Amino acid sequence: MKDSKSPPDFVARIVRSIPKSGIRDFFDIVNNVPDAISLGVGEPGFPTPWHIRDAAMYALEKGATAYTSNLGLPELRRRISKYVAQFFGIEYSPTDEILVTTGVSEAVDLAFRATLDPGDEVLYHEPCYVSYRPVVELAHGRPVVLNTRYEEDFRLTADAVAAKIGPRTKALILNFPNNPTGATLEPSDLEGIAELARRHDLLVVTDEIYSELTYEGTHRAIASLPGLRERTLLLHGLSKAWAMTGFRLGYACGPRPLIDAMMTIHQYTMLCAPTLSQWAGLEAFEQVDADVAEMRSRFRRNRNYMVAAFREMGLPLIVPRGAFYAFPRVSGLGMSGREFALALLEEEKVAVVPGEAFGAGGADFVRCSYSTSLENVKEAMQRMARFVSSVSGTRSSVARS
Amino acid sequence: MDEILRILQNNARESVEDIARMVDLPVDDVKAKIAAYEKNGVIRGYQAVIHEDMAHVDTVTALIEVKVTPERKNGFDTVARRVGSFRQVRSLYLVSGTFDLLLFVEGHTLQEVAAFVSEKLAPLEGVTSTCSHFMLKTYKHQGLLMDPPDEYERLKVTP
Repeated sequence: MKDSKSPPDFVARIVRSIPKSGIRDFFDIVNNVPDAISLGVGEPGFPTPWHIRDAAMYALEKGATAYTSNLGLPELRRRISKYVAQFFGIEYSPTDEILVTTGVSEAVDLAFRATLDPGDEVLYHEPCYVSYRPVVELAHGRPVVLNTRYEEDFRLTADAVAAKIGPRTKALILNFPNNPTGATLEPSDLEGIAELARRHDLLVVTDEIYSELTYEGTHRAIASLPGLRERTLLLHGLSKAWAMTGFRLGYACGPRPLIDAMMTIHQYTMLCAPTLSQWAGLEAFEQVDADVAEMRSRFRRNRNYMVAAFREMGLPLIVPRGAFYAFPRVSGLGMSGREFALALLEEEKVAVVPGEAFGAGGADFVRCSYSTSLENVKEAMQRMARFVSSVSGTRSSVARS
Repeated sequence: MDEILRILQNNARESVEDIARMVDLPVDDVKAKIAAYEKNGVIRGYQAVIHEDMAHVDTVTALIEVKVTPERKNGFDTVARRVGSFRQVRSLYLVSGTFDLLLFVEGHTLQEVAAFVSEKLAPLEGVTSTCSHFMLKTYKHQGLLMDPPDEYERLKVTP
């Protein structure tokens, strides 16, 4: 019999089983240090380009405050279709192969709810963005982790994927350029993984959110490989390369039956992506080349600066080839990523995110975002260098005594 | 344009060491490149962008439209060189449209600028008319807002 004093617990078992996000937990700690310099954000450290904000205000002024079609504004879908064809080289029909969503996050959620039956297995690589695993679990799927490793530049190899494919494997999530490692895939990795997907009849869900922010080589989406378009959901949005995180605007492109299935859920749960954001998104596609080129060159400079600074400090890291994160290994200092992040915050007031927030394989690392201003990056690197040298000084004197 | 120039155009005080980190080149290479740009004239100078109201700058600036009869062979260049030689002329451009030269002229007083226009500029051979606009307030200069809005406070940690 239940204790009459405790309130009834209505929370579903599956939700109770999902751990609190490591990001959330660290956010609360950093919030108590109000003047900390932050390298902890997963978004560009400056506002949306003015012409996009201006378009949002204009849309508000003219009363664009009603619902749109469930799929999204037809002109926006046409514009997305054109952009995806130009950038990724894949054609999707704006009438029934594109769904505008409330950020890529909603698209990820819809993708798995629309395709998983209880017990279906989904392969995903760690370290990775925080939502994939919980979203698969909430869709009653079984997440199966593939660990990417520092020694292999955090790439996902076809062998690593093949080793975990079983009779219940239904889908594979790919997110490259990767948050938090900055890794990208080699063409050979991509082709090997594509071959496995074809051979084992897998659905591939790609989170392409950092695609434009590729600094080395040309980004290629797996959906553009032979035989992959029909088995891929290409998820993308405007949050990162257009600095529009708060607009919550994403989209899913895929074969009609899959978009239809996602639409079935979307129409009852979200109705449509925020209308103002959709109008802003339409404007965002007007000056794509200039806006994105500006952001990419800004981030590349910051990246180079940060990589050089970490090398000078003696912290090992792979050169991030995309996204806007550096992921140095700090375990050589005798600390876990979490211990490093806490001590750095306390001693030098610099916020970085413990790598464990992105999966157990990230425990020896910290994620440092270089999407903030160059001034912030410089100041943070100076403080971090001071911190690292004091920690290594203490360690070597302990070792001597 | 070279990345190094882009960086300096954004912040002329960026140190050679920091530039070297950003472009992933040895410090000495960056030094040599900048020296070459200074020598061959690609880099014309380094100036601070000053908020003139806050710094209590007591000058007046006028934007002056000038119509010019171009010369055979030299076009506008001879007149432009003469106009540009006056120290009062801070900037000078040849533009398309209803006039030819656009000048930014600086003086201590309105009278000084007016005198420059009537005594030096208008009488120049080839100048057929001038139209002066006195500047009242600078909102943005060299790509920098003089009074930018407060920065929006962002969350410090996000996924």
